[in-house]
Amino acid sequence: MLDYAAKPRTAEPSWLGGLIAPAIVIALAFVLYAVVRPITDDYYARVAMNVGIAIIMAVSLNIVNGYTGQFSLGHAAFFAIGGYTAAGISYYASIELWNSPAAHEGLFNAQSGLFLLATIAGGLVAAAAGWLVGLPSLRLRGDYLAIVTLGFGEIVRVLLQQTNNQLDSKAKIAAAKWSELFPPPLNAARSFINIPNITNFFWVTLMVGACLIFAWRLKRSTFGRAMIAIRENEVAAEAMGVNITRLKVWAFVFAAFFAGIAGSLYAHLSFQLNPGDSGIQRSIDAVIMVVLGGLGSISGATLAAILLTIGNEWLREPTHLWYYVLPLLVLRLIFWPANRMKAAIGWLVALGLAEGARSLAIYEGVAPGDYRMILYALALILMMILRPSGLFGTREITDLPAMRRKLLNRKSVQRGIEVIQ
Amino acid sequence: MADFLQTLVAAITAGSLLALIALGYTMVYGILKLINFAHSDVVTLGAWTSLTAAMFLLPRMGVDLAHPAWWAAPLVLVIAMIVCAVIGFGIERLAYKPIRRAPRLNALITAIGVSLLLQNAGQLQYTITDGVKPIAAGVTSERGNDPATIRLQTSVTIAAGERYVLKITPKGSPAPIDRVLTMPAGKYPAGADLRFDGTIGRAQSREASFQLDQIFTPLRLPFGKTPAVAPYLLPPVNIYPDYPRYVWRHEFQSSFTAPDGSQQPMKKMLNIAVVDVIIVIVTFVLLTALHFLIYHTRLGMAMRAVSFNTDYAALMGIPIDRVISITFVIGAVLAAAAGFLYSQKFSLQQTASYAWVLLGLRAFIAAVVGGIGNVRGAVLGGFLIAFVDAFGSFYGTYLFQNANSYSDVLMFGLLIAVLLIKPSGIFGSATREKV
Amino acid sequence: MSRLLAAALIFLTLMAAPLRADDTIKIGHYGSLTGSEATFGQSTSNGLKLAIAEVNAAGGINGKKIELVEYDTKGDSNEAGAVVTRLCTKDHVVAVIGEVASSLSLAGAPICQQNGVPMISPSSTNPKVTEIGDMIFRACFIDPFQGYVCGKFAWENKKFKTAAILLDQSQAYSVGLADEFEKAFVKFGGTITIKQQYNKGDQDFTARLTAIRGTNPDVIFVPGYYTDVANIAIQAKKLGIAAPLLGGDGWDSAKLCEIAGKAIEGSYYSNHASPDDPSPIFQGFVAKYKDEYGAPPDALGALGYDSGKILFDAMKRAKSLDGKDLAAAIAQTKDFQGATGVITINDKRDAVKSAVILELKDGRPQFVTSVKP
Repeated sequence: MLDYAAKPRTAEPSWLGGLIAPAIVIALAFVLYAVVRPITDDYYARVAMNVGIAIIMAVSLNIVNGYTGQFSLGHAAFFAIGGYTAAGISYYASIELWNSPAAHEGLFNAQSGLFLLATIAGGLVAAAAGWLVGLPSLRLRGDYLAIVTLGFGEIVRVLLQQTNNQLDSKAKIAAAKWSELFPPPLNAARSFINIPNITNFFWVTLMVGACLIFAWRLKRSTFGRAMIAIRENEVAAEAMGVNITRLKVWAFVFAAFFAGIAGSLYAHLSFQLNPGDSGIQRSIDAVIMVVLGGLGSISGATLAAILLTIGNEWLREPTHLWYYVLPLLVLRLIFWPANRMKAAIGWLVALGLAEGARSLAIYEGVAPGDYRMILYALALILMMILRPSGLFGTREITDLPAMRRKLLNRKSVQRGIEVIQ
Repeated sequence: MADFLQTLVAAITAGSLLALIALGYTMVYGILKLINFAHSDVVTLGAWTSLTAAMFLLPRMGVDLAHPAWWAAPLVLVIAMIVCAVIGFGIERLAYKPIRRAPRLNALITAIGVSLLLQNAGQLQYTITDGVKPIAAGVTSERGNDPATIRLQTSVTIAAGERYVLKITPKGSPAPIDRVLTMPAGKYPAGADLRFDGTIGRAQSREASFQLDQIFTPLRLPFGKTPAVAPYLLPPVNIYPDYPRYVWRHEFQSSFTAPDGSQQPMKKMLNIAVVDVIIVIVTFVLLTALHFLIYHTRLGMAMRAVSFNTDYAALMGIPIDRVISITFVIGAVLAAAAGFLYSQKFSLQQTASYAWVLLGLRAFIAAVVGGIGNVRGAVLGGFLIAFVDAFGSFYGTYLFQNANSYSDVLMFGLLIAVLLIKPSGIFGSATREKV
Repeated sequence: MSRLLAAALIFLTLMAAPLRADDTIKIGHYGSLTGSEATFGQSTSNGLKLAIAEVNAAGGINGKKIELVEYDTKGDSNEAGAVVTRLCTKDHVVAVIGEVASSLSLAGAPICQQNGVPMISPSSTNPKVTEIGDMIFRACFIDPFQGYVCGKFAWENKKFKTAAILLDQSQAYSVGLADEFEKAFVKFGGTITIKQQYNKGDQDFTARLTAIRGTNPDVIFVPGYYTDVANIAIQAKKLGIAAPLLGGDGWDSAKLCEIAGKAIEGSYYSNHASPDDPSPIFQGFVAKYKDEYGAPPDALGALGYDSGKILFDAMKRAKSLDGKDLAAAIAQTKDFQGATGVITINDKRDAVKSAVILELKDGRPQFVTSVKP
């Protein structure tokens, strides 16, 4: 079965049309940075940037797990590689150039240029690592690959633990012996710290936009369709002349590149990096987002990244809405009552249950925080059982009925239909 | 020589444990093509159930934990097996069965979800009773005085250090007012006056009846919240009074390099502990039983058939659901055994600790290296991984200083190497994907 | 229709929820309450809650009760960053307490610094943590001091000439302490015979201990947490290693003797206070902790308690609860009697207190000697 979303469109965008999306992204990045950020709480800003990073992680992993149907459990390794590379470059270059790793004021300056270069370098090094991991995927399939990639994450963690001590001044860098520079001075388990805090709304939006546009274009390109063909049926794809080997490796390279960029954004947001950042948990989080969103669906991965990141923050709140929202969602998913009266009763029962649970928790002196991960795990299992194809399945947001109607009403499409008629 | 033999003993013990755990992975994978990420948590559950049963149940059955009876260990093992079997069955029915036809990734996420659930549920505090028991009733004897006095209608014994709750019901008031009090210890006959420190509030201005309840000190089950060690239940061997747990020790003459570079003589001991021997014996017995089950019984034949091709097996009249459930239960029972043995050898980390994840990961790698889906392969893989780990981290140091930081790298390196050379594992048979 | 109804109901219940009283002082705590490091975060949280209960029972600070806002980090640096931002900018806490792990404190500290909210780390020993800025304090030793204390004790008091080190490569605490011990011990003239590393999650140390046995050291330095040390001690004794173990405050827990039993007898560790310390504050803390949580406190519990105590003491002295004033008051902490000894905050915002060396004897730690800073 071919992917619905991969149906050829009636008209390919012209090269000029292709610039529209990047232009929108850049404009949006400016607006978010200059208009929205000043009126946003720091906390919401931080969560928003976390959401951005999560989107890049999920959408990039989607290229491997969703498009190509390969099974990677080591995405955090690329994240860490990219993060450490970029942070290493920007930190040491900042010290060499300006004697201090502190972040400079303003959006565009020499340091942000350095940051951009470092980020791309981080992406490239991660991509190289992706190529390395992609190689065994030629021979391995399914769960074997999952274990190898998972092992890769652990190997990266151990290697990062073997790095040298961080050097914190120009003089020390100059005086450093070669043995202090190799393995690179990234401070092992003690955390690589004082990374310039450059990541902001502008950069996050820009990178998220770049990642989304790339993923979108890739999905609609010959490349992407061939990848989806591999997912649907490897043997058939090969028979149709798809170069499986090459495409699988490319999928890893693309995914790793953007994971590296996410790592760089994260490093320049959180002031520090530690080897634990390449741990299993982060990889698993990304896989959950991809599956929850729907394999191969960019909109799904994006939505899942948003929901999970915000949901994780929501679950912290002891007296928050989640007491109401979560059971409601669960009940809604289970019963899905068509009848309005039944639905109303369902909501009421859910509210009662939620209120009961809350009262019980308060009465028993239970800290709801203790149950955060349990609720998360339960939600995960329920979601997988009740909606196995994820939020979007393999579709995209443009395939939703309302959106399709809107798109079909567009003049260009109308004209196209007229021409055909 | 002593060092080599000691490392060999360590490797064989670790290998036996890994083999037991790896079997659970390999059986489930063989039948469902599912990496049961929750399997390591079933091992955790087995270990912690053993500990809880030993510390909670045995003393109540009159077993002195310092000198446990011979049947204590088998009893605890059986309890752990039953608990794990029930949980294993539940996991399969509730979480895995509904998604059997779903894509593999879904199954994997569900497995991760179950694993997260077990890990975090283990971290909760399990409190058995936190109730109250009425022990006395009374009426006001004086009114308007502070501190208050009540006249007992029944006799009561107040113990020091216990907490009591006094329920005051003023006349005409529907609900009692509760006060938690500590009271002077002693035995009080009916009709005696009990004095309380502090005020009992507005109620004293009115006529009221009282009820005195004792609050039980909550009984906290030792389960999974903080690290703990299980009582040692295996037979002690009293040849060596200092180390009663050893079966056999032998002294070797050896030497070491002193700081000045000279070789100095030293004695090195080779120790084989009771628990090491028991681990190997139990593993061997269970493996033999499993081998018999799989290759010499109808059930085993059914399991092999389901593993070979689920749809055809169903057509042949094999009850697929039942066979899958039984497979899960067998895996859980083996995990429980591994958990019990582990609890006798090591102290236990809390349930979400990375130690358990790593144990599971190693076992899974063992299963893959040996050829997943293959029972003999899992055993071989378990020993292989254990040998590489033990000898690698022992002899690695002679190569370079940091060598044993890389033991995980070595393990995964071995995995990747095996998969690249023979993707189906050492014992696995190559499969061709059908068009 | 049903949606409207539900929305109305949600709105109503939210309105009905009791409004939070404004006459409290909010303080924040972030720690690993779930996940693989949960033991540490929960101990700290327990200790801190005890300190809060005490100060509230005594009438609070200037008549205002203390309210704790606590968030879980799962041991993840990203979560740590997010929750500290939340504590500072959304919950508007006057001060933050946390984290146990240095790596997470390093993720949270810059945010507290930026927002001008004082932060006291109960047990991050990495010197870099307080170097972040003038808002960041700590209630524990730093690695160089404790490493020096252990090295000095091994060389001078016990006359050990050779030492082996067994450290956890993945724990910043372990790596830092091992480095500082090695420096101090070698400076005194001692020799490190062998350095063995293990990794997060390792439980079987036999091969590593066998390698250590082969070099016949006088003492084995194990800078880890008691969760691992117990297994190491048991396995070392099984190998017939006679050399005592030596460690840092990560050992401090009643669980250690409970788990390791006889195997840990005769080993030494450095700590903040001796359990024999007659000071009523310390004894009172231990009794209360036991009463409340059913188990004696470990070092992290005591440090969590002390972090709270230092903070409340400073709050009483501070001109206002403004970040700057509060930080100034914390910085002036001098000779404060806490559960982990007499604490003075020095100009690097680190807690200065004398360390004690304890020997594990007869199933409990006993005082050996005390080392002044």
